[in-house]
Amino acid sequence: MSAGGPPQGANFAPGGTAQRRTPQARGERTSTPLLELIDVARYFDVSLPWLNRLIERKPRQILKAVDGVSLTIAEGETLGLVGESGCGKSTIARLIVGLYRPTRGEIRFAGRRIDFADAELALRRTIQMIFQDPYASLNPRWRVADIVAEPIRAHGIAQTPREVDARVTALLEQVGLAGADGRKYPHQFSGGQRQRVSIARALATNPAFLVCDEPTSALDVSVQAQVLNLMRNLQRELGLTYLFISHNLAVVHHVADRVGVMYLGRIVELAPTHELFTSPQHPYTRMLLAAVPDLSLTGKPRTAVAGEVPNPLDPPSGCAFHPRCPYANERCRVETPMLKRAPTPAGATAVAACHAVEEGRLTTVLDAA
Amino acid sequence: MALLAVERLRVEFPTRRGLLIAVDDVSFSIAPGEVLGVVGESGAGKSLTGAAIIGLIDRPGRIGAGQVLLDGRRIDNLPPEAMRRVRGREIGAVFQDPLTSLNPLYTIGRQLIETITTHLDMSQAEARRRALDLLAEVGIAAPQRRIDHYPHQFSGGMRQRVVIALALAAKPKLIIADEPTTALDVSIQAQIIALLKRLCRDHGTAVMLITHDMGVIAETADRVAVMYAGRIVEIGPVGDVIHRPQHPYTQGLMGSIPSIVDERDDLAQIDGAMPRLTAIPAGCPFHPRCAYAFDRCRAERPDLMRAGTSLAACWLHASPARIA
Repeated sequence: MSAGGPPQGANFAPGGTAQRRTPQARGERTSTPLLELIDVARYFDVSLPWLNRLIERKPRQILKAVDGVSLTIAEGETLGLVGESGCGKSTIARLIVGLYRPTRGEIRFAGRRIDFADAELALRRTIQMIFQDPYASLNPRWRVADIVAEPIRAHGIAQTPREVDARVTALLEQVGLAGADGRKYPHQFSGGQRQRVSIARALATNPAFLVCDEPTSALDVSVQAQVLNLMRNLQRELGLTYLFISHNLAVVHHVADRVGVMYLGRIVELAPTHELFTSPQHPYTRMLLAAVPDLSLTGKPRTAVAGEVPNPLDPPSGCAFHPRCPYANERCRVETPMLKRAPTPAGATAVAACHAVEEGRLTTVLDAA
Repeated sequence: MALLAVERLRVEFPTRRGLLIAVDDVSFSIAPGEVLGVVGESGAGKSLTGAAIIGLIDRPGRIGAGQVLLDGRRIDNLPPEAMRRVRGREIGAVFQDPLTSLNPLYTIGRQLIETITTHLDMSQAEARRRALDLLAEVGIAAPQRRIDHYPHQFSGGMRQRVVIALALAAKPKLIIADEPTTALDVSIQAQIIALLKRLCRDHGTAVMLITHDMGVIAETADRVAVMYAGRIVEIGPVGDVIHRPQHPYTQGLMGSIPSIVDERDDLAQIDGAMPRLTAIPAGCPFHPRCAYAFDRCRAERPDLMRAGTSLAACWLHASPARIA
């Protein structure tokens, strides 16, 4: 985009022309989702070089980091994505912001495809990202004001230096820093303050959608609470939509409206937050919830979960979770389950990719327990 | 008698800009078989306290004052060679990153056997049998085959099991576990916590469990010490500290932890951040962030005093004034 691009107010959210959209009433969803992933896959070729393969007689190796993920995120909503290391959550974040191209499938933002290299820059700027490590994601040689001003300049949002300065000051104040902090360098800030700088930088282009990849995982709990509260207030004020990725279930429980659980590149369960935490369907979700150490569990004995995540280069056949699943049978070993609405409890809106849930095998076992 | 007694321990670092006191007047004890949790945020001094006990403070850091007693015997002033025998034989250690705790060039069997023969009077063959038993005990399948594998052939959770086997190899009375589950995924973390608990119960080993994760403490510890700016601000039975915290910092800390059970709109928030070691406030180090601070807090440093069933370093507990 040239420096004379659209003025600051331009916004490509559905029906949103105002610079600051009012927060969407929770629960009330627009007909077009803001972001839509349709059967998205991303494979990485991790094979040895050709000559090594020839000499060592090794085949090509393809890592299916994300393998057929479909989901929608409505305007004003927070979708949480949880899963253990290597399940593909961060790959999804990178696909959405355009750092990777999908191997298969479509990504649509406000109804328009954004999964190719020359997707409109104006559309791109409405999607911003907050990274995990505030020590690595800020350039240590730049003053904070320059870090926050860069997207403003790159997208031609403010023209004169004075306008840029005013915008930077406003952004820093919005995230709870002082305008004068802009003169400092990142190393002069604590981890929590640095993450505030990252948030200010992400907000600089007036985005509608923020992809937050483990935004508080590097922070201490009391600082994490400050950042989570800030993110929630910003969402209310600015009507932001979040994809919130975390391995910490308690944090996701706190921030998300709906939660997707990933295992080896696929979503195995997707449900409204309250439903997922009170009546989890998929055995993997149940296992994860049982594994979280919680303050209320003092002294309570707990059954540990067996097994580990298998090698993603050689995922199990059928349902990838079957080697660790106490309910697995022959069908699970052969046939890959699709996401389907869970039959119980009545009124549930959860979808789970599990043959046992679909057949009702699992509820009976749990009732007996 | 307490197995471990730490008395008025101080760890300091001389720098060009003066003396930094990273652990300041810390006292606590651990009974045989007890699990003491030590929590606090980054820089609170919890890892340094653990390192001081096993004599692993890196220069120019040093123990500036106080003493450490193991079974009534002073160990903080032992010569390096004698301290090496205490480490491993009497006190085992488990650190956060299992990859850096193991030597990548040796098989895990060689490392286990070396530890066993160094500390216990056993032949190579006996030590190998003990190593196999230990691997089976920490839940490593097919130990006969796995014992000759190198650390990189194990997953993160399995490596941490090997590290625990190493820590237990010489049957120590105390294990210092510094963030043993922080680098692990949640399902693996649950397995490691369960393993540590079971082993310590079976062997009567005491544990000093250092972590920033209050959930891990809640599940594992008998008592918990909360550290802030190099000091213990509260110490007491784990249920009381979690559910009836007495120090305002502990109260803020507990309120800021998101839970998978309750639905809260906003998390409690302690504004500001822990002070840097170069600028620890006078009086109570928490007073600039404390909603209850009064004149005495700014002037005079509180010692641990009785507060309910716990001890808290807070002037609110000195007078009849109580926290609402």
